[in-house]
Amino acid sequence: MVFVTVGTTSFDALVRAVDTEQVKQILYARGYTHLLIQMGRGTYNPTKSHGEDGLVVDYFSFSSSIADHLKSASLVISHAGSGSIFETLRLGKPLIVVVNEDLMDNHQIELAEELAERKHLYCARPQTLHQTIESLNLESLVPYTQGDAKPVATLIHRFLGFPED
Amino acid sequence: MPGIVLLLPLMDSSVTIATVILSISLILSRVLYVIYWSGRPLRNKSLEPVSTLIVLGSGGHTAEMLNVLSVLQKDLFSPRFYIAAATDNMSLQKARTYENQLADKTGAEVDKIAQFMQIYRSREVGQSYFTSVWTTLIATLHALWLMLKIRPQVILCNGPGTCIPLCVIAFIFKVLGIRWSSIFYVESIARVKRLSLSGLILYKLYMADQFFVQWPQLQRMYPRAHYVGCLM
Repeated sequence: MVFVTVGTTSFDALVRAVDTEQVKQILYARGYTHLLIQMGRGTYNPTKSHGEDGLVVDYFSFSSSIADHLKSASLVISHAGSGSIFETLRLGKPLIVVVNEDLMDNHQIELAEELAERKHLYCARPQTLHQTIESLNLESLVPYTQGDAKPVATLIHRFLGFPED
Repeated sequence: MPGIVLLLPLMDSSVTIATVILSISLILSRVLYVIYWSGRPLRNKSLEPVSTLIVLGSGGHTAEMLNVLSVLQKDLFSPRFYIAAATDNMSLQKARTYENQLADKTGAEVDKIAQFMQIYRSREVGQSYFTSVWTTLIATLHALWLMLKIRPQVILCNGPGTCIPLCVIAFIFKVLGIRWSSIFYVESIARVKRLSLSGLILYKLYMADQFFVQWPQLQRMYPRAHYVGCLM
């Protein structure tokens, strides 16, 4: 199953991109059978399909079980929010991050590109998504080692004169 | 007699000018004094718990903050006040869940050690910088009210803009001697090459006692920051 998530944002450009025949055909050709789209506050409704001649496509706006969808996905296509990115990486799922170029302060590109450079994920734009999926090489991805908040805690404790651990 | 009457306003104004100059220099030296002592470790050996204000951003910010919180010695950071934007219901919910789990383990009562509050936000994602001026003003007044109630000794924040009015007020409290607080700012993991606006303000104005970044590139650009690696 391919799970598409835009978090709490509205990112119709991404929903439109995965709803194109081109992208759906490539996904199907690569062996994926289901496409589930979480469209957040977006207003563009993708076409549902029962999979008569290809992918089974379904969508919803919000759900409290995003974590479960992520767990059962074999590929995640996500907006560039750090919450979605790290939740997916922690689960060890292959991830394509699609950058929303319509945001005013688009710093999120930085994170997606940095992690793409370190080969933890693929980074795409809505219009290049089909190319990214086509050239997807899951073996080349490097698993992400979960970070650690202890260095911050140590410095805060030290600053306040508290014992350090 | 008429001469004295004429002189009086003159004397008055020179006294006024002198008073103004004196008070400005007093305030200025107090501000410099506060900046000088901010960022210096407390010489506190008492191990008294400190009242802690935790400013929650949204989504990823909140997840990062709860990560930091999970490795702090909670009994020393107590009571805890959580503040999130009024438009953000998720964050306080997550904080509540976290505190409930904590209380289950320690057997403490959540209501006694943690409080959850909402604040008007200075700028929504996508809002123009122009209208931000007014919303910032309202947010500041609300922040003042909350800060007077909480008067925290420690402030933990990691952006976005919600934390700025709170930190500015905390700084003014320091200058006025109302409350000395230590401000810790953790720049979000999403900031790789540039600081966020909140981060930049707190860094440039020397308002954060300790400033943490999660990417080495940022530490090279902002040498007063501490590089702590990825939190997530």
